Amino acid sequence: MSAIEWGYSVLPARTMDLDRNDLGPVREMLEEMPQFGACIACGGCTATCTAGNLTSFNFRRVHTLVRRGEYTGAWAEMNKCMLCGKCRLVCPRGINTRGVVRLIKRKLGDY
Amino acid sequence: MKKIIVVGGGPAGMQAALSLVAEGLKPVIVERSGALGGKLRDWHNLFPSMTPAHEVLEGMTKQMENAGVEVMLHTEVEGLTDGGVLLMEGKKLEGEAVIVASGFDIFDARLKEEYGYHIYDNVFTTVDVERMLNKGEVALHDGSAPHGIAFVHCVGSRDEKVNQKHCSKVCCITGVKQAMEMRQLFPDAEIYNFYMDIRMFGPGYEELYQSAQQDFGVNFIRGRVSEASPTIDGRLQIKAEDTLVGRPLKMTVDMLVLIVGMKASSSNEKYALPLSSSGFLTPRDLFSGAVSSDLPNVFYAGTATAPKTIGESICEGSMAAEKVSEYLKSRK
Repeated sequence: MSAIEWGYSVLPARTMDLDRNDLGPVREMLEEMPQFGACIACGGCTATCTAGNLTSFNFRRVHTLVRRGEYTGAWAEMNKCMLCGKCRLVCPRGINTRGVVRLIKRKLGDY
Repeated sequence: MKKIIVVGGGPAGMQAALSLVAEGLKPVIVERSGALGGKLRDWHNLFPSMTPAHEVLEGMTKQMENAGVEVMLHTEVEGLTDGGVLLMEGKKLEGEAVIVASGFDIFDARLKEEYGYHIYDNVFTTVDVERMLNKGEVALHDGSAPHGIAFVHCVGSRDEKVNQKHCSKVCCITGVKQAMEMRQLFPDAEIYNFYMDIRMFGPGYEELYQSAQQDFGVNFIRGRVSEASPTIDGRLQIKAEDTLVGRPLKMTVDMLVLIVGMKASSSNEKYALPLSSSGFLTPRDLFSGAVSSDLPNVFYAGTATAPKTIGESICEGSMAAEKVSEYLKSRK
């Protein structure tokens, strides 16, 4: 006897649960590259991004998600980056943004 | 009676001199330019009350005349000496104490080349806008009225790329004020302010910001403009990320106004006293020693030590005068 189809399903929660998220990898990244934590979310990087102009790639959004321990898809997203470095030219905090891309790819290849 | 030397005749220096007179002391203002008032002479209406700048300036200069304050114009201070200051051509001016009220420099917007100041015709700074408001001629380069105006916050502030790590503090409210003035001049124009954070620290500032949003129809977009480029029809295209939406954004405007920050005065180095990483003079501490230097007879007032409002600078002028008086009494 099959289960009754109620027409409902359970969605995963949209809340970012910082108690449950594994913040270990991001702590390691911040230790290795403290300036990764200096972002003021101005969006200059995304505004000038060559890849973000044509794709959904949003460097600021992806690295902010990583900062919160939301790693799923981060590696694949960072692969959209062409390492052109325009973001690094405009960053008012002088962050090595290309270094952040490489760091995330290196640390989160498994996610 | 020996003199008290006040370096700089802007709002802080003028108030310092007035308060010194009130303390029964004899100030002399040494001013580099040909007139008193400092940058206040260029401003139009002052935030948040929209008080005409000339009213404040005239009030202070009238008091200065009544008090008979000695003023040396066209005179530049080259450094400190044991008993006063060194002037141009090796001349010395003796004084029992020195109040450094030499103010700030305006950030040179040409350094942010990506915004095109002095490259494209219709890129202005907030200082240009104040001057245009004073002349009653706010217009595009060809004299026509702008239909789309964008303000860029934090130009030369919070920016390591131009060695200006500090927040210049007063630019946020200046941008809000000028956006409202533009709305009054151009009722049909689209007005956008691109910001990273809106820092409304003063009394009545947040209220002005809200009024700009709901009564003046100013649009605020949270994102730093990354670049401006000319369009084929001579307008300006700007790019930013709308960080609250999370998508890149571009728009074309007629007029781009760069909200320039405060740069430490290049004259600060002459005193051979400690400077902050941004080049401002460092007071002894930020509490009861806010107008004291590391030397017992040298005091600070106004924006020589950090970005400040005109009201704050005037307050420090009074405080520095009081500290000079305390210092002189302590020596007796």
